[in-house]
Amino acid sequence: MEQIKTRQDLENKVLKCTDCLTKKLNGQDGKKHLVVCGGTGCISSQSLDILAELEKLIKENNLEDRCTVNRVGCFGFCSQGPFVKVFPEDRLYRAVKVKDAARIIEEDVIGGRCITDLLYEDPVTHEKVEKQDDINFYKKQIRIALHGCSLINPEELDEALGFGAFKGLARALTMSQQEVVTEVLNAGIRGRGGAGFPTGRKWQFALDQHNDEKYVVCNGDEGDPGAFMDRSILEGNPVAVIEGMMIAGYAIGAKNGYFYVRAEYPIAVQRLRIAIDELEKAGLLGDNILGSGFSFRCHIRLGAGAFVCGEETALLNSIEGRRGMPRPRPPFPAVKGLWGKPTIINNVETLASVPYILREGAAKFASIGTERSKGTKVFALGGKVNNVGLVEVPMGTTLRELIFDIGGGIPNGKKFKAIQTGGPSGGCLTEKDLDVEIDFDSLVARGSMMGSGGAIVMDEDNCMVDVAKFYMEFICDESCGKCSPCRIGTKRMLEILTKITEGRGEPSDIDDLKELANATKTNSLCALGQTAANPVLSTMANFMDEYVAHTRDHKCPAHVCKKMITYKILEDKCIGCSMCARNCPASAISKTETPSMKNPKMMVYHIDPSKCIKCGVCISNCKFGAITKE
Amino acid sequence: MALVNIKIEGKEYQVESGITVLEAARRCGYNIPSLCFFKDGQCSLASCRVCLVEVKGARGLVASCAYPVNEGMEISISSPKATQARRTSVELILSNHKKNCLQCEKNGNCELLEVSRMVGAREGKYIGTMTPATVDELAPGLVRDTSKCILCGRCIETCKNLQGIGILGFENRGFRTIVSPAQNRSFAKSPCMQCGQCVLVCPTGALMEHSEIANVDKALAEGKFVVCQVAPAVRAAIAEEFGAKIGTNGTKKMIAALHRLGFSRVFDVNFGADLTIMEEGNELIHRIKNKGVLPQITSCSPGWMNYMEYYYPDLIPNVSTCKSPHTMQGAITKSYFAEKHGIDPKDIYVVSIMPCVAKKYEKARKEMEVNGLRDVDAVLTTREIAKMIKRAGIVFDRLPENEEFDQDLLGQYSGAGVIFGVTGGVMEAALRTAHFVLTGKEHELIKFEAVRGLEGVKEAEIDINGLKLKVAVTSGMKNAKVLLDEIRAGKSPYAFIEIMGCPGGCINGGGQPYVKPMFLPNEDLDILETYKAKRAAVLYSEDERQAIRQSHNNPDIIKLYKDYLGEPLSEKAEELLHTHYDAHREKYPN
Amino acid sequence: MAKLQLAAEKQIREIVERYKDEETPLMMILEAIQSEYGYIPIEVQELVSSLTGIPVAEIYGVVTFYSFFSLSPKGKYVVGVCLGTACYVKGSQLVMDKFSEILGIKPGETTKDGLFTLDALRCIGACGIAPALSINGKVYPKVSAGQVPGIIKEYQDKEANA
Repeated sequence: MEQIKTRQDLENKVLKCTDCLTKKLNGQDGKKHLVVCGGTGCISSQSLDILAELEKLIKENNLEDRCTVNRVGCFGFCSQGPFVKVFPEDRLYRAVKVKDAARIIEEDVIGGRCITDLLYEDPVTHEKVEKQDDINFYKKQIRIALHGCSLINPEELDEALGFGAFKGLARALTMSQQEVVTEVLNAGIRGRGGAGFPTGRKWQFALDQHNDEKYVVCNGDEGDPGAFMDRSILEGNPVAVIEGMMIAGYAIGAKNGYFYVRAEYPIAVQRLRIAIDELEKAGLLGDNILGSGFSFRCHIRLGAGAFVCGEETALLNSIEGRRGMPRPRPPFPAVKGLWGKPTIINNVETLASVPYILREGAAKFASIGTERSKGTKVFALGGKVNNVGLVEVPMGTTLRELIFDIGGGIPNGKKFKAIQTGGPSGGCLTEKDLDVEIDFDSLVARGSMMGSGGAIVMDEDNCMVDVAKFYMEFICDESCGKCSPCRIGTKRMLEILTKITEGRGEPSDIDDLKELANATKTNSLCALGQTAANPVLSTMANFMDEYVAHTRDHKCPAHVCKKMITYKILEDKCIGCSMCARNCPASAISKTETPSMKNPKMMVYHIDPSKCIKCGVCISNCKFGAITKE
Repeated sequence: MALVNIKIEGKEYQVESGITVLEAARRCGYNIPSLCFFKDGQCSLASCRVCLVEVKGARGLVASCAYPVNEGMEISISSPKATQARRTSVELILSNHKKNCLQCEKNGNCELLEVSRMVGAREGKYIGTMTPATVDELAPGLVRDTSKCILCGRCIETCKNLQGIGILGFENRGFRTIVSPAQNRSFAKSPCMQCGQCVLVCPTGALMEHSEIANVDKALAEGKFVVCQVAPAVRAAIAEEFGAKIGTNGTKKMIAALHRLGFSRVFDVNFGADLTIMEEGNELIHRIKNKGVLPQITSCSPGWMNYMEYYYPDLIPNVSTCKSPHTMQGAITKSYFAEKHGIDPKDIYVVSIMPCVAKKYEKARKEMEVNGLRDVDAVLTTREIAKMIKRAGIVFDRLPENEEFDQDLLGQYSGAGVIFGVTGGVMEAALRTAHFVLTGKEHELIKFEAVRGLEGVKEAEIDINGLKLKVAVTSGMKNAKVLLDEIRAGKSPYAFIEIMGCPGGCINGGGQPYVKPMFLPNEDLDILETYKAKRAAVLYSEDERQAIRQSHNNPDIIKLYKDYLGEPLSEKAEELLHTHYDAHREKYPN
Repeated sequence: MAKLQLAAEKQIREIVERYKDEETPLMMILEAIQSEYGYIPIEVQELVSSLTGIPVAEIYGVVTFYSFFSLSPKGKYVVGVCLGTACYVKGSQLVMDKFSEILGIKPGETTKDGLFTLDALRCIGACGIAPALSINGKVYPKVSAGQVPGIIKEYQDKEANA
């Protein structure tokens, strides 16, 4: 790798790389260019085997000078993976299997034909869609944080440089530190990790500290169950995050940056490592970057499985080799952070957005979004929604657009019930909130929060008390145990919720639960405890009828809470096939003496409620809809 | 120091800037309940959430123990929101706390109980499962009961930052968190010196000394010849147990109380201290004259001995072979005293009353016996003997001030013995005698000011007839470590070093009365900074009051050597008064 | 340190040495040991303590705080069932229950033959393919309880043929 020592070197290099990448994508180089999704979801569906197969076939067919193939980062539309995309046609094949590789080579690369059965089919119109941007899922998206993901090879620095990398830093280096901070302030970007604190103000605090040593920390401890945008960004365009960190480092006067990434994300860590190595080799990380006098180094630290380490002071303790227990504030990390030095901690998505702000200007960034929340936000759309995956939309998009336009609505014709945003720290939003423009403040006003962008859709089959219990179980498990309201309060709340979902609830439990929830909120030390009760409070606010049904009538309206449901075989539908009995793990189903109405030669079956473990295996095995829960 | 204007409940005050809201409130006459906080700079957890107050403009409630005051701050302690929040925090803590208060040894000194009263906690407000509990009673000195622990972390901070050791830590996460030596093992199976400083700071009954009151009761009931012997530092603090202000000399009332508890003899370990000086002083001179291993280090603090065996076994040659004063005295009681009185030593039961919990461990050491007889049979802390006195219905305050220790062979003592109870005292006592042995005359000033005071490490150069003796005095293991590493590196300039395990020496031993501002409304606000000096002053004034100031001038000591031991370091003395150490103690036995 | 094999001791010394220039290397040391051995027994923590001067109680506190660290060896195949929200609402608990039932172990436990460890995972970020399952890092997408016997058999057969 040649050294990039000056701004001129960088300009030359960028020109070359941009030209190369552009030609590749629009076919000017006379080649077909295949990219295969290398995100974790697609890798688990054999995308790497597909890649290997494609490479093998290209070689076998001597197509090396006519076709290239490489892996790229996450496409976001995970429920449809694995993806193979063909340039210059911009043609997206989804749900590709290893055996499809041969067809792609023969029919598309050699034959020049589109393989229609591998294209996405619109679930409503049943039309095949060839180009990615024409798919509803992608239509309303704007890629700022996800810039370059699913397009560039995340392990090739040249591709990143060909797609805009380091333009932001190059511009920042021509500005004063204060000018950079002001630019970020003017962009109005707020932290994408949870609470939405204005990023520029954080930087300003740190810049105002007089200290020879300051640090930038990138919070990649994405622990919110259901959110994976940080992982996808790190896997898809690690250079962008590094660049964002470098801009932050320059702005506040830091020489070292630390990436704190979950150990559960090995691919992200590996790509980050490759990117740092490449940048060091190119001279873009190290001393006197681009001849500006600015020196910066990046380090990687791994998280080790503690949700609370997403809290910034807990994260600092973890880097410092301690239990990840949050520290009281003040002192704030911007004043006294890592190893006692001024430190800013920014989320992956935030840092990934920073190069855009410097590259395109604050005004352009600020033109997207709402009055008080600028730019875009990546959501991890999951749960009971047709199109599961990562979407990046402008702030101000409504929940309806998110769930029904982008998400394609609820599967199996079921009814939408709620969407949980903000993960275990957030709350649920319902039908009445669907037309709310999503931003940091509107979500908080409605009893939820943005959080890291998890968005789990629930339908009529979800019991909201059970959902509250699920989140409480998570928080109780992940509470660090330091402060008593969170350590003991979450346990007591979980105990009450367990009691309620097991049909032992009493009406007074609702009051106790509410009191505990409010106390945990006001009394806890850190954001984890302060928000721990949000799922309880918001499900109570929106679905009190379900709590009442559980505690007063001892009924679970959604038929989820096992202790309160019974499985029954409908005699008028049972044909006596015995599938249920043969598959029952508890041997709770036996033949009766009653002949089947549908098939009088056979006897209908019966479930012994004393033996039934309510696992639901019988329902999934009955082809005649003869088993119900009530 | 810059001042800031604050308001509490709307009333204006001026306080130093930079101090916490809790501290500011205290100075303005408020007492905000708190549990995890106990001393500025030593606990910054802010985890119990019992000291929450409302601060105008702050997000949510703030933990007053960690939140600094600033100009114009408006604080409300008694707003309904803050009042209710504090109560809920306490009620939640109580829901995971074993509430057998009547059986609890900490009753009367339990901060949780006191705070519960302050906030008006409702019994049984929250009920649920408890964190699985461990009760560790294996160690002779300490008992740990996690069912009482509120995870304030004060013990962890103390062990790590005050003693520089770090035996205790948080273990597991969330509701399963406990405080323990690694792997929830016993103190007995970890390299714990059993100093008991953790017991002093524990707000509840989670950490306690291993009580031996029942053993003493049994010996008394069986009609044994029960001899009690009191360490010097006990008198400097025992009156506190009966409501007296810190710094009250309790010697006379203590003697009267002990006489009333039915002990056959009431002796002073000062006699043993004088004996120690005779042996240890001569050992030092012997080492100097014969180019033995120097510096010599004192051995009378069992916590320090324990620490040394675990962490600095290579320094065993430097450590004096002298037993500690009370085990020396126990050995003499069961030999010389028994012989003179014609009592079968098997019938003698020696009870040491100590400011120390490590002595409980020490007396159980296999080395501490002669001819199959334990030197000391039971060790009671200052707190335990106070309990026995209260239990016996003795009204301490009304006891007469005219009784003396029993003058029976081991009864007399010198001022040198008294000051053993404070850091620097052993050194000063040894110097007084060394001066005499080397020069044949007494040091004219008696006092060696350079080794007095409560600094972590003190050093002095003493000129004895041209022999320049560099000495150092330290207490607390964090301080001691500095001197020990110097020796290990071969760079120690000293001939003699005094080390006491507890910071400040025995006056601040792990068995002394608790100093908890919450229970001491009549003490000054800075009592945590001053109590050690106040107790030390008691001992120095006792020293001044003694007619005999040097160990070698104690008539009973002179008689003991003449009639029984012969010379210091004689064969008989070696057998009864000296010990050896274990260089191969496994830190973590299974 | 007789309890610790010499070879292991040497390697742990090397790991500690590797990070000696880091400001606070404990997490890095523990992560390296965990990756190398699959667990961090107390003897190893004692060794790390003596090499770094960090009290063993503190190290133990760190090891027991983070779920990535393990005190006992894991099975040859570590089955991690994701119980993250997306997977949970799609029935991953049933998948977990099925593994529990067939293997006869609870989450966090290892089978007697040392072949399988069952772990409950917090979101592994594979929500798009929920419910997800990971066995020694290999991710299985959209798993149903019905597939569980087959998956277990796949590994048992692998062992039988090995």
